[in-house]
Amino acid sequence: MKTLVIAEHDNTRLAGATRHAVTAAALLGGEVELLVAGEGCGAVVDEAARVAGVSRVIRVEAPFYRDLLAENLAALVLSLVQLKSYGSVLAASTAWGKNLAPRIAALLDVAQVSDVVKISGRGCYQRPIYAGNVLVGVESDEPVQVLTLRTTAFDAAGDGAPVPVEVAEAGPDLGLSQLLRREISRSERPELGAAKIVVSGGRGLGNGDNYQQVLTPLADRLGAALGASRAAVDAGYVPNDYQVGQTGKIVAPGLYVAVGISGAIQHLAGMKDSGVIVAINKDPDAPIFQVADYGLVADLFEAVPALTATL
Amino acid sequence: MKVLVPVKRVVDYNVKVRVRSDNSGVDLNGVKMAINPFDEIAVEEAVRLRESQLASEVIVVSCGSAASQETLRTALAMGADRAILVESDAELQPLAVARLLKAVADREQPGLVICGKQAIDDDANQTGQMLAALMGVGQATFASKLVVDGNAIQVTREVDGGLETLALKLPAVVTADLRLNEPRYATLPNIMKAKKKPLEALPAASLGVDVTPRLRHGRHEEPAPRKGGVKVADVAELVGKLKNEAKVI
Repeated sequence: MKTLVIAEHDNTRLAGATRHAVTAAALLGGEVELLVAGEGCGAVVDEAARVAGVSRVIRVEAPFYRDLLAENLAALVLSLVQLKSYGSVLAASTAWGKNLAPRIAALLDVAQVSDVVKISGRGCYQRPIYAGNVLVGVESDEPVQVLTLRTTAFDAAGDGAPVPVEVAEAGPDLGLSQLLRREISRSERPELGAAKIVVSGGRGLGNGDNYQQVLTPLADRLGAALGASRAAVDAGYVPNDYQVGQTGKIVAPGLYVAVGISGAIQHLAGMKDSGVIVAINKDPDAPIFQVADYGLVADLFEAVPALTATL
Repeated sequence: MKVLVPVKRVVDYNVKVRVRSDNSGVDLNGVKMAINPFDEIAVEEAVRLRESQLASEVIVVSCGSAASQETLRTALAMGADRAILVESDAELQPLAVARLLKAVADREQPGLVICGKQAIDDDANQTGQMLAALMGVGQATFASKLVVDGNAIQVTREVDGGLETLALKLPAVVTADLRLNEPRYATLPNIMKAKKKPLEALPAASLGVDVTPRLRHGRHEEPAPRKGGVKVADVAELVGKLKNEAKVI
């Protein structure tokens, strides 16, 4: 049975997260097709057609897919599943995928499995519950398997030879929602969810100015993405899209540097699968040290500039 | 406009859950339960809408066993006007809950449904989106700001790169993220008052919804714990370890 992966994009570039979903899709067996719905998204279609493991790209363009809102997209996927008999529908477990996939599952009248971290075969998965404190095996006999995939659990599919692109007809425009504006942070830094090194700050930094003054030079030196604990976000040091944790982003970089972060369960859920964890905190009893490979008990305002200078 | 707020009884967020020794599930014996924190934010938002005369009535609804009455009383003490318990002792999965809520929505005809974005037990993050699909209405998940404007709403959502703002026709389904508001504490007089507010128990079977679980949950296990590492004495030792031992820089 064929699997349909829904591509996340901004009509210009394919989101890296989608490549992880393609890798997961291959584990279900059968061909993998990638749906690119948008408006003026030719560049994304070209990129999608070269993702290794994809056998066909389905291109659907209409003005009402421009912003990739869930209502019209879910209706489109429903009609594609009925038309082309897909056995599975997958999306990466990003904010976008989490918003979209359950709507598709409900329209198909099937259960969805969220945040899949392991696929042992069609209908046989593992996923985290209780903020990642428990892993549970889930079995599903649903005729269409609707899954969201934890990107940190599956490698990104690379590039391969271009595959055919099929243009499909647009579905209905339901007119239920409309995008008024997007305020997307623009940054030269690597994307938090995909960075190889993440430097993250917590309440120990004291305020937003300190966050920038202490952490930015270190992140620049390491070529790292910047993240933050929920406490730092709630205190207004940095915008919400910096948040690493159960309800923020789940990251698993090769190196995670936690600065002034105590290590609440909520935060650990978002970063404990990182390769190497470094913690810098002046409280020797901070829970972050229980998961850190290298812990430095020190005043961050001295240690971090010294670290930056040494690198 | 009526506002419908679904709430779920979950393990309190401070509790460190344990897997049962036979790996069949999570040990819930004697564990402190509470209203799902995201649902608490949803209740707060609905109550604020009524307080600013943008909503006429706040109805809270919970699907589950009789124990969920306690969760509904918590929501009533925060200011909800009345409660509905859709009673079932069966395991209720998100699609079943969404279908039960759809049946309640058909009966109550709310102008707006506000859910929590996810329950902190199963972390599924599905019910609100599924309910919106079944009702055939628009959805705005992970809301950090909600503005009611006549027959429409504007919702600011937390998305991966930042924020986006949607306009939706009513009725619609909104799911609450952490920064939508800070829920109030229920005062003692309001807790007393809540005991007298109407709470209707409705057997799930009476709603004509098949709630049979579609997914089977097998082995539960705790993830392999990270081995605690070492403490380093100073920055120089840290850099040495990162370069020579971990080889990550």
